[in-house]
Amino acid sequence: MDDPFEIGGTTLSSRLILGTGGAPSMDILESAIRASGTDMVTVALRRVVPGVAGSVLDVCERAGVRVLPNTAGCRTAREAVLTAQAAREAFETDWVKVEVVADDRTLLPDTVELVDAVEALADLGFIVLAYTNDDPVIAMRLAALGCAAVMPLGSPIGSGMGIRNPYNLAMIREQLTVPVILDAGIGTASDAALAMELGCDAVLAASAVTRARHPEIMAEAIGLAVRSGRLAHLGGRIPRRLYAEASTTSVGLPEL
Amino acid sequence: MMLVTVNGDPLEVAPESTIESLVELLGCGRRGVAVAINSEVVARSSWATTWLAAGDQVEVLRAAQGGC
Repeated sequence: MDDPFEIGGTTLSSRLILGTGGAPSMDILESAIRASGTDMVTVALRRVVPGVAGSVLDVCERAGVRVLPNTAGCRTAREAVLTAQAAREAFETDWVKVEVVADDRTLLPDTVELVDAVEALADLGFIVLAYTNDDPVIAMRLAALGCAAVMPLGSPIGSGMGIRNPYNLAMIREQLTVPVILDAGIGTASDAALAMELGCDAVLAASAVTRARHPEIMAEAIGLAVRSGRLAHLGGRIPRRLYAEASTTSVGLPEL
Repeated sequence: MMLVTVNGDPLEVAPESTIESLVELLGCGRRGVAVAINSEVVARSSWATTWLAAGDQVEVLRAAQGGC
């Protein structure tokens, strides 16, 4: 079935974006990337280690996936803009996933700083994907500022708590015209399927894969769940009803 | 020699050092590397013509595993 997924005019073949944080080794990360079927992964920027030339970029290149830089660890709009500018130089891409978090315990988005960062980055010509909370109002604001995609969380980063507010997510999907990518909180395959069934255009998973007992197997499971959930969304679920509705007609029922 | 701060640590570099020579000194390769001096990102194309000054705060960054 032809079901292209576009962000900022670029077509992606998979609706799963993989975060690379937390993998126990580069080899395991590479097999997980391949098993997931993704064609875009996120990477962060950190200080170089003198004398060490290799990096996660080599893994991305070998696996043939696009790199989406993020601003993980930034607390202010200023830091996020500088990090995005550094990422543009490092990776030669205008794409950036903007994360501005409020504190270490919740890692919840600081949406005041986020909106400032997105405004500045859109002005600087970046293709901005914004990590945000599940607030439909902020999601609308971010889309209005020119985000190429809005990425609401399901639950806090790395919590594996799944989708805590499916109704807000459905509202966000209904109100926005840009892609909505469920970001953060995925714990297992069914969470990813639910996100897609709710109408999300894509899912980002990291810890659910990289910290799983068997990352490669979980990567495949979540890749399939994203695909399955997307098809279920397109297929159209039946309405929920309290009482049963027989699928077999009562016409011609014999009197025994 | 001239004292600058690189990634939070003091480092003595030769006067007339450029970003290019600093990156070479660090031995981390050029690919996927970004440099900021005093909170300004320096375009890769300007590395060879951007000289360090004493007291500069330099950040040399590269890709690391990251994502939710």
